[in-house]
Amino acid sequence: MIRLQREDFDVGAELERLTAGNHRIGGVASFIGLVRDMGGSDRVFALTLEHYPGMTERKLAEIEAEARRRWPLDAVLVIHRYGRLKPGDRIVLVATASPHREAALEACHFLIDWLKTDAPFWKSETTSVGERWVEARTEDDAARERWTPPL
Amino acid sequence: MKLLYFAWLRARVGCAEEEVALPPQVRDVAGLLDWLRGRSDRHAEALRSLGLIRVAVNQDYVGPAHPVREGDEVALFPPVTGG
Repeated sequence: MIRLQREDFDVGAELERLTAGNHRIGGVASFIGLVRDMGGSDRVFALTLEHYPGMTERKLAEIEAEARRRWPLDAVLVIHRYGRLKPGDRIVLVATASPHREAALEACHFLIDWLKTDAPFWKSETTSVGERWVEARTEDDAARERWTPPL
Repeated sequence: MKLLYFAWLRARVGCAEEEVALPPQVRDVAGLLDWLRGRSDRHAEALRSLGLIRVAVNQDYVGPAHPVREGDEVALFPPVTGG
């Protein structure tokens, strides 16, 4: 399941809901992305996320489908926030559930790596030296490439 | 054709979207970017470094040789930075 929202989410409640009533599930893996208070060597006061409505949902659904094709998953949840966030705020939750830990852990890692390079989100930082767009990192492309073959 | 701009491309072009009538000689993404650079100084400046621009046609990532047609939704944006 994919959700895009401005508001925060309750991690405990989301994970509870993800596995409710399914006793085949033996493991849940999760990744939570938070807003850092530093960008390079500058203090970050706020992070504003924008996205491409329509395409974002579509790309995230494709990435979820690819994860389900690769691993036996009972449940997948991706929640991504947009709008203006503060340091310490949650940005994203990726959670996967499977009968066994390996599939859940690997699929969770795959989902966040691919989300970073494929989902159309952009971040702008409000820093001590002004407002600026966060640049894409080549490390993120390398992280994506580990999960070959490509989509 | 509907053009959408995101992140710093929107800021540099000066609008989030615009409707353009495609001239007949523009047939692919590379041709569209070329033609757009001639629309205004702001477009020229925003679209100067093609290496920094990603293109989606009808919400799918495409390369410079991908065809464009009247009625397409074409989005231009910098490399993505979500997560």
